[in-house]
Amino acid sequence: MRVLALAGRRLAASLPTLLIILIGLFLLLQLAPGDTVDALMAQMGGGSAEIAADLRAFYGLDLSVPAQLGNYLWRLVRLDLGFSAIYGKPVATVILERLPATLLLMTASLSFAFFFGLVLGVLAARRVNRWPDTLISTLGLVFYATPSFWFGLMAIVLFAVHLQWLPAGGFEEVEAGLTGFARMLDIASHLVLPTLTLGLIFLAIYLRIMRATMLEVLTLDFVRTARAKGLDETRVITRHVLRNALLPMVTLIGLQAGTMLGGSVVVESVFSLPGLGRLAYEAVVQRDLNTLLGIVFVSAVLVILVNFLVDLAYARLDPRIGAGR
Amino acid sequence: MRAIRAYLRGPAAMIGLVLLLAVIAMALSADWAYPRDPLSLAGRPLQWPGANPRFLLGTDNSGRDIAAQIFHGARISLLIGLVATGIAILIGIVVGALAGYHGGWVDDVLMRVTEAFQTLPNFLLLLVLVAVFGSDITTVTVAIGVVSWPAPARLTRAEFLSLRSREFVEACRTLGMGDMRIIFREILPNALPPIIVYASVVMAVAILLESALAFLRLSDPNVASWGNLIGLGRDVLRTQWYVSAIPGVAILATVLAVSLVGQGLNDALNPRLRGR
Repeated sequence: MRVLALAGRRLAASLPTLLIILIGLFLLLQLAPGDTVDALMAQMGGGSAEIAADLRAFYGLDLSVPAQLGNYLWRLVRLDLGFSAIYGKPVATVILERLPATLLLMTASLSFAFFFGLVLGVLAARRVNRWPDTLISTLGLVFYATPSFWFGLMAIVLFAVHLQWLPAGGFEEVEAGLTGFARMLDIASHLVLPTLTLGLIFLAIYLRIMRATMLEVLTLDFVRTARAKGLDETRVITRHVLRNALLPMVTLIGLQAGTMLGGSVVVESVFSLPGLGRLAYEAVVQRDLNTLLGIVFVSAVLVILVNFLVDLAYARLDPRIGAGR
Repeated sequence: MRAIRAYLRGPAAMIGLVLLLAVIAMALSADWAYPRDPLSLAGRPLQWPGANPRFLLGTDNSGRDIAAQIFHGARISLLIGLVATGIAILIGIVVGALAGYHGGWVDDVLMRVTEAFQTLPNFLLLLVLVAVFGSDITTVTVAIGVVSWPAPARLTRAEFLSLRSREFVEACRTLGMGDMRIIFREILPNALPPIIVYASVVMAVAILLESALAFLRLSDPNVASWGNLIGLGRDVLRTQWYVSAIPGVAILATVLAVSLVGQGLNDALNPRLRGR
């Protein structure tokens, strides 16, 4: 319970941060050339100045900037993200339609990066400065330097065009009309390449951190004690070292959540996945500022939520956190 | 001197240095090796590398020389990387130094703002900035700098927090020095080495951010950027994949070089951490 209260306090502390973000972005978008009505008029193929004025009044764009900001924040409190003129639907609906693909992609990438980063990091640390370590560390450096969108394109060339093992893009085969388990398999096969592409750079980061922490923890006294009491090396690693080495890895999830959302913009564009990132890109191209602002809000909330979960996981891994205060 | 010798001992650092020097040489020799505008029509489009001895790396879908774009692109990548990193480090140092030195409400306010920037996915913020201010090369560079400062700011703040209560700072205060002089002339030089090492990470990320933006065709289309070329090659990916493949290798090599050099500097400046 105490852990929950602690994490809850951290969650409450992030509210001012969210407010700063929203006000800052709202004011920033005031500087943008053209507003929703301009975009709408362009789509309708032009119109008279009177129609434009009517539309501005309808969307509340004729008010002063502070009044608009007040309106905007009040609407957000009621979870109303406004109306997307481009999609002709409320922004919240548009975002909710796109959210599942992104969440699925992020969860898959994170699991891939976390698991393989952990395994490779442990392998490298156990053979430090010998050839497996050199190989794994070099791979990590190369992965870190690889632009994700380029890796994605090359993966499409190899696995979709030449080998024809996996689909080149999209979320599922809509025409096939699959249901149930077959549909799940279909979606999974569409997500393999995007998951690898998005997860690659995080794999590199995780394996580097895991290797460094393992090396550090292995020199601590309690490891010597565990060895002295006759445990074999595998038991020492899995029961004693790993749990302690996991702490920085878990912290990293929280720190990287935002970067991962940003990365999904590019990856979803490469694989034409109907996710939040691609929506952000489309919103920029189509000057749909309402939608863009909504996406940024939802992303910030997501990042804060992930950090809340990380706090909880952290307290579970490290009993000192809940007990201390 | 000892630091230089320590640096030259690491094989990874040496590889990084050689790679980086090669990229710099490409950037410097671009005007001499390919004096024509790299974005002008050079020959028949989509010639494979090696098919025509005039175009070592072939031509892209608009008939432009890929090798020329790679050489001139090295300039753009290094320039954007350096300038954006400079901006990010500068903002980071000022924010971090003020927060760490003063503490109290100054620290609270500045750290809240830093947190706000860190909570926002930086690529999304970059998209917003480009949507608002346009995408010519100057704007893009400044925007990349503006989204990259929080990490250097936190690093600077941590250094200042540990340095501000040292004896030499107390001595400066006793001598009656002003806050600004103590921050920038006395403490900053002591806090600088880890920040300079971290600059390599910022630069690597800055180069990757620009290439991603250019790939999405949201960066300046009028410069020979590697990301632009990859985005262009995407249209002919199924058959002429080399158009996208070649500039990607260039980005990979440059980012790898920058990170290896940064790591080498880190090992040379902090010998205790060697082997991590």
